[in-house]
Amino acid sequence: MADRVREEKIRCDACPVMCYIADGKVGACDRYGNVGGQIVRCDPITILDRRLGAGGEVRPFLAADWDGSLSGEDVFVSGVGAGTTYPDYKPAPFIVSREIAGADTVTVVTEAIFSYCGVKVKIDTDRHLGEEAAAVRAEGEVVGHVTTSEYGSQMLSLGGVDHLTGGSKSEGRTTCDALLRLCQGAAVDLDIDGGAPVTVQAGCAPIVNGKREERMRVGCGSAAIGMFASQWQGHVDDVVVVDDHITGVVSEHQAGKVLDWPDTGIRIKGRRSTPGRYFQVAGPGRGWGGTDIDDPLTILNPWLGKKGARPGLTLLMVSTTGEHAAYYILDDDLVPQPAKMPEILQASVDLIAQNCEPALCTVMFQAGAGGSLRSGVTRNPVLLTRSVQSGETRVTCGGADVYVWPGGGITLMVDVTAMPEGSFGYVPTPALVAPLEFTLPHEAYCRLGGHDDAVRSVADIVEKGGEYGSDVRMVKGKRDE
Amino acid sequence: MNSAQATWLSGGRLHLHHGPIDMILGIDGPGREAGFRRASHRFATLLQELVDDLPRLRAAHGPMPGGETARAMVRAVQPFEDRFVTPMAAVAGAGADTILAAIREGPEITRAYVNNGGDIALHLGPGTTMRVAMAGGCVELTHADQVRGVATSGWRGRSQSLGIADSVTVLAHSAGAADAAATLICNAVDLPGHPAITRLPASDASPDSDLGDRPVTTHVGALSRSEITVALDHGARFAETCRARGLIHGAALGLGPEMRTIGGLAVPSSPQQPDLTHA
Repeated sequence: MADRVREEKIRCDACPVMCYIADGKVGACDRYGNVGGQIVRCDPITILDRRLGAGGEVRPFLAADWDGSLSGEDVFVSGVGAGTTYPDYKPAPFIVSREIAGADTVTVVTEAIFSYCGVKVKIDTDRHLGEEAAAVRAEGEVVGHVTTSEYGSQMLSLGGVDHLTGGSKSEGRTTCDALLRLCQGAAVDLDIDGGAPVTVQAGCAPIVNGKREERMRVGCGSAAIGMFASQWQGHVDDVVVVDDHITGVVSEHQAGKVLDWPDTGIRIKGRRSTPGRYFQVAGPGRGWGGTDIDDPLTILNPWLGKKGARPGLTLLMVSTTGEHAAYYILDDDLVPQPAKMPEILQASVDLIAQNCEPALCTVMFQAGAGGSLRSGVTRNPVLLTRSVQSGETRVTCGGADVYVWPGGGITLMVDVTAMPEGSFGYVPTPALVAPLEFTLPHEAYCRLGGHDDAVRSVADIVEKGGEYGSDVRMVKGKRDE
Repeated sequence: MNSAQATWLSGGRLHLHHGPIDMILGIDGPGREAGFRRASHRFATLLQELVDDLPRLRAAHGPMPGGETARAMVRAVQPFEDRFVTPMAAVAGAGADTILAAIREGPEITRAYVNNGGDIALHLGPGTTMRVAMAGGCVELTHADQVRGVATSGWRGRSQSLGIADSVTVLAHSAGAADAAATLICNAVDLPGHPAITRLPASDASPDSDLGDRPVTTHVGALSRSEITVALDHGARFAETCRARGLIHGAALGLGPEMRTIGGLAVPSSPQQPDLTHA
């Protein structure tokens, strides 16, 4: 099949051009490529096989090599590489019958072209990325915006039909490119108007302002006080947990009060919410605890002697991730002076750090499958929508479970890292292409007006393939036990 | 090895496919059926003929090859001897011309087109017109126009480019001539040494490239409006000389949000319509 010229390049014999193709590249036709030293079609239908061990993720699979032993429960024909039958008056590319736990089921397999799609990105960081509603840019084009701050993270909404097809051609193309790369698990550089540059990669730590974010905060400043107050007691006279949201002070906080923690005469700048809990201590930024401060002492007003301040009083200031910490002792003028942190306090700072989870970026693909695509599944599209909403029809993307939004239509959300590699593509519309499968009881499929005459067995599909070629690749499902 | 394939598409169009070639054909007139037969017959050997002359076609200089399409490719790039170009710059357009010539060999063909991956050869009988969609809008061609070929090049396309134009569409007397000119005008739209432009040796991307180690564009980052203007100026100057020499009828050069037209090519500015057909 392959005529070796140089070590890494092989000669494709799919057509007379006989391209020499290096490993990982495709030939002049963009259809055949060299995958690990073998010529394979680049867009084979992908089948998830629960029996495949870790390791050999992609295997070219020829009908001749197949031992015929696939049972329906072990394999799942995914939409990856299935192709589409847009504009969908034809049945979807694969309609597969198999038995799941004794029940006769049908899985309708297609690749869907999503004009209405985008990603929701959760970035685990307390650093200030940008104001709510600030524009998020890729390559200088606006591709989305900052939405809400969540517990320990910040959310971006990228893409959507208005950016893909509602703006300039270049905005649409850049948006499509950024979405595609994010969905494929690549690192994408984003800039936020009035905020920080951030590098986002699904399942990896975010990089904010060139600095890799290692940890997610253990809780807000007040929560940290609640968690660690008893461990600090007896080792330090007061603790301030610096946070851009709620800064906590142990001597004033309810958690300190129940331990009979004495007053220290400390005074925090900012707006007091309840005892020991302060809002707006500092502006958001990329310093201590997600604030704009580099010297934590700037958040303190002069200490009050009549409220308990005294020379020699000790103070621990720490951020919510344990990343920043400093130890001070009041001098004779009641001014905090930096001092070496006692080991026992360093241990508590380390404990805060250990209780932080690794900071990650989560990329959720969100798309609407409510349009004409449904007619490739059944002749009566609204019945499919109702069947999905009632839970009778299970929706998956490349075999990965999706969350279907309640309410009208089929608006789904899926973790891109749960989908097989190579799941996403694009069309120049611009729109993303993603695999989509509907699984439902055979009896229900007929009732919905399904294309029953197009139903085929798994074995038949593995052997003969579909309209777009006969090659099949077997991969291990990412979320299989 | 896979042989050439022909498949009917909707609207009575024919899809011819072999290896890297995909052509869509449309024919009007009483001689339509026979025309499709001649086209398919001619197509069956096209790729093999090109492959037979491939070493020469991938070289900038050499003897005149034997094949009909190969000779047309060499002739299409001859006017550009002053810069680096191989006959491969005209492969798609010249292939379309060959199939169109086969269609025109018989009687009663009033109108026909051969679209070879965006490079189009046209036959327009007396009184007929054809609307051709291109980057930035539509252009209507008539029998009276001398235009019988339309070709588009860009760095994102399947072929490699030394330049940074998103698209250069050229109208010429044949698809081969349009293809060669579009390739070279596209190369001329450039900002040499600009840090936002990423280039790779052509042979890294595809070992058999006729461009050898020349740096082909793999990414174009954000450019300012004035930089876009400078790059388009380079391309437009070259396109003007092509037109003055009678090599092309017109050209439209697109980079980022800007579109420049040459030679009275009236590109109606069509407002961007969101395409929701897939929704």
